[in-house]
Parts: sequence; structure tokens; C-alpha cells
Amino acid sequence: MLQVRELSLAFDDLVLADQMSFDLHPGKTHVIIGPNGTGKSSLLKTLFGDIQPQSGTIQFGDDTLHKQLLPMWRQRFGYMPQDINLDVGLSVLEVVLLGQLNALSLKLGDGLIEEALHALEQIGLLHLANRDVRTLSGGQCQMILFAQALMRKPDILMLDEPVSALDLHFQQVMLDHLTVQTKQKGWVSLMVLHDLNLAAQYADVLLVVKGGKIVAEGAPADVLTSSLIEQVYGVKADVMVDSLGVPFVRTRRKGSDAFISMKDSLDATKEFHNVRHY
Amino acid sequence: MFPTSTVAEAVSAQRQQERKRWWMLSALLILLCLSFVLDIATGPSLLGVSDVVQTLLSHLGLPVEVTATTNVIVTNLRLPIAIMALVVGGSLGVGGAEMQTLLNNPMASPYTLGMAAAAGFGAALVLYVGSLGLSSDIAVPIGAFVCCMLSASLLFGLAMMRHITSGQLILSGIALLFLFQSLLSLVQFVSSPELSQQILFWLFGSLTKATWTNVAIVTVVTLLCVGLLIKDAWQLTALRLGEERAKSLGVNVTRLRLKTLIIVAVMTATATSFVGIIGFIGIVAPNIARMLVGEDQRYFLPLSFLVGAFLLSSASVLSKVIVPGALFPIGIVTAIIGVPFFFWLIIGKRR
Repeated sequence: MLQVRELSLAFDDLVLADQMSFDLHPGKTHVIIGPNGTGKSSLLKTLFGDIQPQSGTIQFGDDTLHKQLLPMWRQRFGYMPQDINLDVGLSVLEVVLLGQLNALSLKLGDGLIEEALHALEQIGLLHLANRDVRTLSGGQCQMILFAQALMRKPDILMLDEPVSALDLHFQQVMLDHLTVQTKQKGWVSLMVLHDLNLAAQYADVLLVVKGGKIVAEGAPADVLTSSLIEQVYGVKADVMVDSLGVPFVRTRRKGSDAFISMKDSLDATKEFHNVRHY
Repeated sequence: MFPTSTVAEAVSAQRQQERKRWWMLSALLILLCLSFVLDIATGPSLLGVSDVVQTLLSHLGLPVEVTATTNVIVTNLRLPIAIMALVVGGSLGVGGAEMQTLLNNPMASPYTLGMAAAAGFGAALVLYVGSLGLSSDIAVPIGAFVCCMLSASLLFGLAMMRHITSGQLILSGIALLFLFQSLLSLVQFVSSPELSQQILFWLFGSLTKATWTNVAIVTVVTLLCVGLLIKDAWQLTALRLGEERAKSLGVNVTRLRLKTLIIVAVMTATATSFVGIIGFIGIVAPNIARMLVGEDQRYFLPLSFLVGAFLLSSASVLSKVIVPGALFPIGIVTAIIGVPFFFWLIIGKRR
């Protein structure tokens, strides 16, 4: 379990974390949501040990994050930063291989290469293995970097807006793979997402942050409400629930009334099924 | 590359890629040997290529007959210069490759951060102040080396700070470059015309100062530094993915940057202090190497060495044959062939 206790972080007078405490559990997918510039990425960097907080402790198992422990601490992380720009003369395979940086030697064995290729195969990108990464699209780069993070065999997987450039297909491939593997391998997974519907669909635990505080924490069905969305984003939105109990969100255009009330929604659904479509 | 549908296919494609890169390295090595022999053969008294080869073979311990004059010319005059061209070219090539990696900028070279300007100032200062009892053949290189390392140590200080970006490093380097250039101008301004002339000649860059002792020092330092860099090949490759991502892969970016900067500075200071300022090899060689084998440093680094060595060696040949009988300072020749290439590189980037 990754434990964060009374974490405070500020740049000058911009408060990014104010006495923040939370736990991240193995086998669970945690999703952070919150407005732009509220310190989500900085929080990830702090957990990774790249930013030193003003106060607070971060603990994983028996280890507490400390400057001296940094190399060992980071070895447990698969951390995928937000930036997906890959402007380097390397092949896809080479980029993925770098995930196992410490195991690489001047003479590359077949074992590591095969491992990297399997990582690519799992997300359906084996056919790109020998391509120069500069010829890839942004979304393809993002998937490659995901494969690189998997290649690190992490205890903790942290992804900063991992689907920002992905099409529907790859959003599904990545998030499905992530949540299934998290459960199977017992990873502590944490990602930042902006799409509330994806967050609701894939999160075991939703952490809503704003102004350095966690304003809500829990299962998406419990956390996501119209009033919370208005409080956090200042946006009017309707929250509905699908047949599996997973909430989904639709924002209202400025000036328009409620999109549709829950009762109307049910009636409309019935009506829809009664109408024959040509 | 062609698409691969199975893991086995992708593995063999990777192996094929590696063979291709080895082939590139071998091809450059052959080219290098050719230009090396030509470099020894050309000069005021033209030697036959076969004579040169025979002399070289006899040096390698093979029982080959060589005439005494040829042996003297090759061993005492031509060979130190030819080897110096190889080693300094290689040193500048590798220095450029690592500066480009470190600063994440294909236009960087060992001189980008003001190292050459500082060395030039150091040499000029010693020429102006006098060599304090030492022979000027020793004092000038020492002055250049010391000044170069002093200016570099300012950068080491910067590089040690956390969260310094490569952009900030480049900016500080450029500031140093201007500082040492004006200091150099100042020394030239206050010195006599004869001395000013001497300073100018030092700045041109020339291999003719090569002696066996110089060659030995530069060779040992360069090979040692290249060896140290090769050890970090994968870390340096990871650095090219960007500083933040390198960190996420477990690279200690601050330490790697400092270490590499020190190694490149020592290499550059050593080479520059014996041969003066030789431009463009440091920019051009790594860019050629990158086009040929990509940026896997296991290949990129040795190839940058080979390309740099080949370029300077062939520039050395050119400097002797452009005007028969006259010897052009090699620093001038490299810049003249370097500039068109540089433009091609800039324009080619658009594609």
C-alpha cells in the first residue's frame, strides 16, 4: 500500500497540496480528476520523488520516500509522464527496451528483446516493432510509452493523462489492459484522467482534487454527482447511471436546462425500444 | 522497416538491423584506413601509397623492406600528424555526439558551451604574459587546458543544480562563449601586432604541432574518455527521450549530465590545447553518424568517432593538396567543407 500522509506542496503562493492524506491499494486502479493547474501532475512527480514536498511523508510497504532511497524507490515505479513527444532516432523496440534500462548491456540477449516484443504484442502493436519512432503518430507514441512503462515490471504504475492522444480503440485497449493487469498482478495503479466517463468506467477509486485538497474519494458511483462536478469544475452537468450502475456524465450547454431528468430518461428509453427503426 | 507479424520475425529483424550497423562501422573503418594512408602519403615529398603501407606494416612488426628516407619521413614527420588527425577528429566527433545528446540539440558541439573560446583565451593569455620559464610548446597548451576547464567548471556547477534544463545550460554556455571571446579580443587588442599574429595562428587550428609525446597524451586521454562514455551507452540513449522520461526510467539525470560534461570537457580541452580550434567536425560528424545508424549509443558513439576521425583525416589531406606545396591551417579547411554541409543539414531538416 502506498500511504501519503499530510503532504504539503506549494510553489511560491500556489498551493498544490495542503495536508493531503490518502492511501493507494494494490490491485486497485485509482484515478485522479480535477481542474487544470490544480497540481495533479505535480502530485505524481512528488510521489515519484522528483519534487520535494514542503512537508509530509510518503510510504510504500516498509520504505519511506527519502533522498537517499531515491534510486531504489524509483525502481518500483512505472511512471509515464504527460509528454508524448518522441523525437529520437530509435526504433519502437529500442524505446520499449529502455524500460528495462538497468538490465541492458552492450550485448543484447534474445530474452529481453522477446520480453519487449511481448509487451508490444499485448497491446496489439507488434507490427510497429522495427519502425523508427519519428514516423509514428502521437497516439502510437503514447501506446509505445505505455509498453515501456509495462516493461519496467512495476509495483506502482503511474500514468499522467495516458489517453490524451488515443482514439477510441486504443483508449479501450490501454485501459482494459491496465485494469486487468492491475488486478492480476496486484499493482498499485494511479492515473490522471480528464474524461470523467472514462474515469467512472475504469476507476476502482476516484480521487477528486482541487485547491490542494482531496474534495471527494471513493467509488465513482458514490463520488460523481452533479453538485460535485459543479463544485470542482464550475460546470453544470447531469450524471446518469447505466444498467451496471456505472455513472456517466453529460455537461449542459450554457443557458440550457437540465439535459433530461432521470425519470424522463427511463421513459425515453422505454419509448426508444418500442419504436421500430427503419 | 517492414511490418513484422510474429515475435520471432521481429527478433530477426532486430538482429538484421544490428548487422547492418556493424557493417556501417566496418565500412567507415575501411574509409578511415584509406584516408590515413593517403594522409601519410601526401606532403612536400610525395610518397607512394605502397611505400607508406610497407612502412606501416614494418612498424607493426612484419618483415618488410623499407628505404631509410621513407622510414624517417613517415615515422618522424607524417605519422604523428596523421595519428593526431585521427584521434582529434574522433575526439571532436564523440564530444559533439555527447553534447548533442546532453543538450538535446543536433546543433550542439564541444564548442557550443564556450569551451573553445575559453581555450583560445587561455592560449592567448600565455602568449601575452609569457610562459613563466616553461617552453612555450608546453605552456600554451597548459594555459588553454586550464582556462577551458575553468570555464567548464562554471557549467559543472550549473549542471549540478536540480531542475536545470538543457535550454538554460545552452544559454549559460553562450554567455560564457561571448565572455571569453571578448576577453580574447581584449588580449589581442593590447598585444603587439607580432604577438597578435601568433595568437591568430594558434586559433586557426593546426596539426603540425603534433609530436609523439602530444599524440600519446591526446590518444590516451581520448580513448579513456570514450571508454567511460561507452559504459553509459544505454543511459545516454535514455537521456535522448527527454530529461523527465529518462528520470522515469531510473536515470540519475543530474549525475549523468555532470559526468558526461566533465568527460567531454577533458577530452575537448586536451585536443584543443594541442591543435587549436578546429570547428565543425563536432557538429557534422555526429549528424552523419545519426543518419547512418540512429541514436542507439552502442553504435552512434563509435560511429561518431570514426566519422569525425575520417573527416579530419581527409581534411588533413585536402589542406596539403589544395595548393601544392602550401599547407593550409586545417581549421580553415574543415570550416570551409563544413559550412555547405551545415546548410544542407538545416535545410534537409525541413523535409
